[in-house]
Amino acid sequence: MREVAVIGIGQTPIREEWEKSLRLLAGEAVLASLADAGMQRADGIFVGNMIGGSANNQQHLGAYIADWVGLRYSEAVHLETACSSGAAAFRAALIAVASGELDSAIAVGVEKMTDSPGSEITTALATAADANWETDQGLSFVVLNALLMKRYMHEHGWTHEDFAPFSINAHANGVHNPNARFRKAITLEAYTKAALIADPINLMDASPMGDGAAAALLVPADSVPHDARYPVIRVAASAAATDALAVHDRKDPLWLTAAEKSAQQAYQQATLTPKDIDLFELHDAFSIMATLSLEATGFAERGQGPRLALDGEIRPSGRIPIATRGGLKARGHPIGATGMYQIVEVIQQLRGDCGQTQVENARVGMAQNIGGSGSNIITHIFKAG
Amino acid sequence: MENPRHWRLKKQRYGLVGEECPHCHEKLFPPRDVCPHCGGEAKEEFTFSGQGEVYSFTTMYSAPAGYEEYAPYTVALVKLEEGPVLTAQLTDLGDDEEVEIGMPVEMVTRRLRSDGDDSGILIYGYKFRPVMK
Repeated sequence: MREVAVIGIGQTPIREEWEKSLRLLAGEAVLASLADAGMQRADGIFVGNMIGGSANNQQHLGAYIADWVGLRYSEAVHLETACSSGAAAFRAALIAVASGELDSAIAVGVEKMTDSPGSEITTALATAADANWETDQGLSFVVLNALLMKRYMHEHGWTHEDFAPFSINAHANGVHNPNARFRKAITLEAYTKAALIADPINLMDASPMGDGAAAALLVPADSVPHDARYPVIRVAASAAATDALAVHDRKDPLWLTAAEKSAQQAYQQATLTPKDIDLFELHDAFSIMATLSLEATGFAERGQGPRLALDGEIRPSGRIPIATRGGLKARGHPIGATGMYQIVEVIQQLRGDCGQTQVENARVGMAQNIGGSGSNIITHIFKAG
Repeated sequence: MENPRHWRLKKQRYGLVGEECPHCHEKLFPPRDVCPHCGGEAKEEFTFSGQGEVYSFTTMYSAPAGYEEYAPYTVALVKLEEGPVLTAQLTDLGDDEEVEIGMPVEMVTRRLRSDGDDSGILIYGYKFRPVMK
């Protein structure tokens, strides 16, 4: 396998895009990634998307997007792994280039959520859970996360307020990201007094949906010109792991085994440990998911995720900065696009392009995208220089 | 509404029929072809007692499409006495009934949802209620 570098990135602002379609958004991100690299085209395109079939009545997104961005006749594939579809698309593009099959590939994640009413979107998202044994009982994704958070608080003794720093940090960082869904800081009081959705989860624990697309262009690392504006950003590791679809089927519902396995494989590939990671774009769809992700990837002991947040270690100046561009909580969570936003943001950090939320001397960044309630988890590590 | 899918689940939904792995003897619900504990073939039926305890719970105020008429309702992860955990609604909760983690519950059969119009099918299945004192 040959080493792969990311030489172009593109993203659209996450918001309600009433005048733009799914393919227009995907196209904007793809064309921006090509322009960023100074290239006209790529050998193949890999599209991550979860609910296009129900929300937009459109599947078959490989050829659909390829034709739109001027890549008619190129290889194109649509990948779906629920909320980790974006990272799945990146990993497919990576494998294509690393193997030598393609000399360049674009990965794009896209979700266009406002074309259908909210209740239909909730139902579409719930298809990522087990239909027979979870969804038919009247469950939604918020409820699955509420069940986890309630049990976590019971076992480890944390209060709801102890999770506040996750949302406060995400919103504080989102203020400085022009592509973020919410660019407004929140206070502890705003967190504790937010409307309850499903006890103990309130509105400030939950990430917002939105329309958006993000893309990256991958080429062999040895083909990157030496006079590039930025240090070469190499893909140091890529690993994916699965777990039972249903929360109740996991060996330990409070431990993200798929996060642990994909992170451990990634650390091995890159010959790194958690201590070497300068920043971590994790999947904070709910504050409990940020907690469980930090623990499973080795940044906190079991049951101690909130301690890292309370000690300020997750801020841009802390030991392991997370959600440096707002995270899912403030940047937003356009489902199948989210994994690509995370990767694009890690690359912005390694390029030193993050302004007020720039992590000092960021050389190694990690992104972890969680599909479903923890059943398909993909971890990538990037290195600058 | 996928009628055949619901019809196929009747033994599990009405009777909590799962399996016991003939190799490692773990109890499995719902039934599977491959035991997730030992990797062996799982094919022996086992009927669960329906007794268990609340592992976690929450109340749902904003229900997904098709469940609006039941909101608000309480959903739980229930740990069956034979080992497996399943997801189910709690029912028959009195007005002053405080749900707690660890609370003993038992399986009952209740309507899960109805399919909209008058000619739609009614889906029944398991819910759990506090054990009668």
